[in-house]
Amino acid sequence: MKFNRRKASALGALAISAALVLSACGGSSDGGDKGGSGGSGKSVSVTFLPKNLGNPYFDTSDKGGKTAVSEFGGKFSEVGPEKASPDAQVPFINTAAQQGINALVVSANDPKAIGDALNEARDAGTKVVTFDSDTDPKYRDLFINQATAEGIAKVQVDMIAKQIGDKGDIAILSAAANATNQNAWIDLMKKDLSANHPNIKLVDTVYGNDDDQTSFDKTSALLQKYPNLKGIVSPTTVGIAAAARYVSDSEFKGKVQVTGLGTPNQMRKYVEDGTVQAFALWNPEDLGYLAAFAAKALVDGTITGKEGDTFKAGKLGEFTVGKDATVLLGDPFQFNKGNIAKFNF
Amino acid sequence: MTARTYAAHAKPLWQRALLTREFAIIALLVVVYLYSRSEVPAFDGPLTIYYLLLDAAAILLIALPMTMIIITGEIDLSVASTVALSSVLVGDLHQHGMSIPMAGLVAILAGVVCGAFNGFLVAYVGLPSLAVTIGTLALYRGIAVGTLGTKAVTDFPEKWTDLAKQHIGDSSYPVIVIPFVVLAILFTLLLHFTSFGRGVYDIGLNSEAAHFTGVNVARTKFILFVLSGAVSAFAGIYITLRYGSARGDNATGLELQVIAAVLLGGVSIFGGRGALHGVIAGVLLIGVISSALRLEDVTVNVINIIIGLLLVLSVMSTSFLSLATRASAGMKKRSSKSSDARQQLASAHHEGKN
Repeated sequence: MKFNRRKASALGALAISAALVLSACGGSSDGGDKGGSGGSGKSVSVTFLPKNLGNPYFDTSDKGGKTAVSEFGGKFSEVGPEKASPDAQVPFINTAAQQGINALVVSANDPKAIGDALNEARDAGTKVVTFDSDTDPKYRDLFINQATAEGIAKVQVDMIAKQIGDKGDIAILSAAANATNQNAWIDLMKKDLSANHPNIKLVDTVYGNDDDQTSFDKTSALLQKYPNLKGIVSPTTVGIAAAARYVSDSEFKGKVQVTGLGTPNQMRKYVEDGTVQAFALWNPEDLGYLAAFAAKALVDGTITGKEGDTFKAGKLGEFTVGKDATVLLGDPFQFNKGNIAKFNF
Repeated sequence: MTARTYAAHAKPLWQRALLTREFAIIALLVVVYLYSRSEVPAFDGPLTIYYLLLDAAAILLIALPMTMIIITGEIDLSVASTVALSSVLVGDLHQHGMSIPMAGLVAILAGVVCGAFNGFLVAYVGLPSLAVTIGTLALYRGIAVGTLGTKAVTDFPEKWTDLAKQHIGDSSYPVIVIPFVVLAILFTLLLHFTSFGRGVYDIGLNSEAAHFTGVNVARTKFILFVLSGAVSAFAGIYITLRYGSARGDNATGLELQVIAAVLLGGVSIFGGRGALHGVIAGVLLIGVISSALRLEDVTVNVINIIIGLLLVLSVMSTSFLSLATRASAGMKKRSSKSSDARQQLASAHHEGKN
């Protein structure tokens, strides 16, 4: 009876799993056929590999990439791991190399760990463009940079100056006291303020450590300590959301302006209720759009990635390759009541 | 062998070898592989096998001791955390000037310590391995992440990172296959051709009976957990060098991939049944399916759904069909008088756990 049981279960296992796998493969090969017919001719195949799937930020950038690829008549696909880890990204890079994809557009989970896989793909003839998060320059053909420190500092000063009428006391609510990015931006903002906005006085810089509660408490302390405060600039997404939450529930709403760097989903409520007039970040959709056009320019041979190369990126216009094979998207994007509804990340 | 005459041995060896769950998995692997080669674009390229083995190597390695642990009826959920701890140790020690072989040795010793800690709590204190290794899953991962924080060590000598990805000669097999084959042979000999291995099955079928027939249950379990720790640490060194990156979050979730492959390979989660050739085929089957579906641009969520369903169906097929066949088997059972004690144990265990 043991024999019978084994035989039956073995055959059953074989039959059921075979049926499942064959049907699964059958289903997927339909997808492959569709892709195959789209890829016939001399269209450029571009694969987007974000840090992970199901991330609203990358959903937005991939949407931009897809728009661009359909504009130039290429074949677009989006692949990626469920979680943002470098070892999970590597199999997808390997797959692109096997498929002989023309260009791979990657946001790197690690500047080094995916490097060898990227170079193998390049050896197989695939052009590699990084966006949002770069690898070491030796592993890619081009990096699409979302913003420079100067651009980020300038947009924040411009926003607060406009919102408080270019006059009055302001404070900065930063991340950690030793945060490299934030400190670089704050230094540039101070220079800009003293050079171009003599009537704005920066009274204090406090640190919320990118912690929601700490940032909330620091906002409260700032407003009590400086009754004449006109504005708070927070160059960090955690800080600006906490400051906006405090101000929106307090008597300072409408009297104290909050601005800085934030994401539309975090800030939507405060923009709609009037606490925040405008905040900045880059537009991930444009970033993906530009990356796809840059990939096409590389595949076509219009550019090679050397400084001074220029290419056209559809509705965004012409771009020039800068130092270290980097292309800058442009000035940060300002989100306000008029446009925030269009963004979901 | 010839003295055993019960029903399971009534047929010739070749028939018994063919009509097993292990063989079903191997056959399915061959079918899926051949199907993919002919139908999936780029699957028959030279890189497919190479990448597939590079990706599967860590799972293949850890599946060896995991199979034996699950056959005893225990489980080790801390393997991926041990991988991460080993990875971080290699990175941190290398950063402080230690050579890669020395750092690797320390990492493997740390793996042995991790395994021994699990083994001590399970085998000698008598705690359930599920609870113990959920605890050490968090503990070892915590130490790993705490050691490097959010940093990653990436400045490994190219000599070593290249070695982890090197081909054997001009073939499409990476060199990591060599230590795997050596370990697979050793584990096969240990599990299927020694009294220690028979003890492993006995513990899974009935731990108490195993004890009374002279199997040192505690020592056997302890040794298996130590082996698991050591092999996981070795896999950690491989992962570190392959990606050239030591991070506390390396190999997150790897333990479930290993266990899924082991179960797909025909090992019973209740213990007492399974074989290494089935497990190796199970790992490769998941690898081939993932690789083929990725080449078809199927998203990772769909791939996971398909592999999950395959696992559920393959586990179900055993339970359902054994229930269905038991009715017809029941009649013959009475006529068969030559069943030995081991088989009675086996069926008692089977009914008890179902």
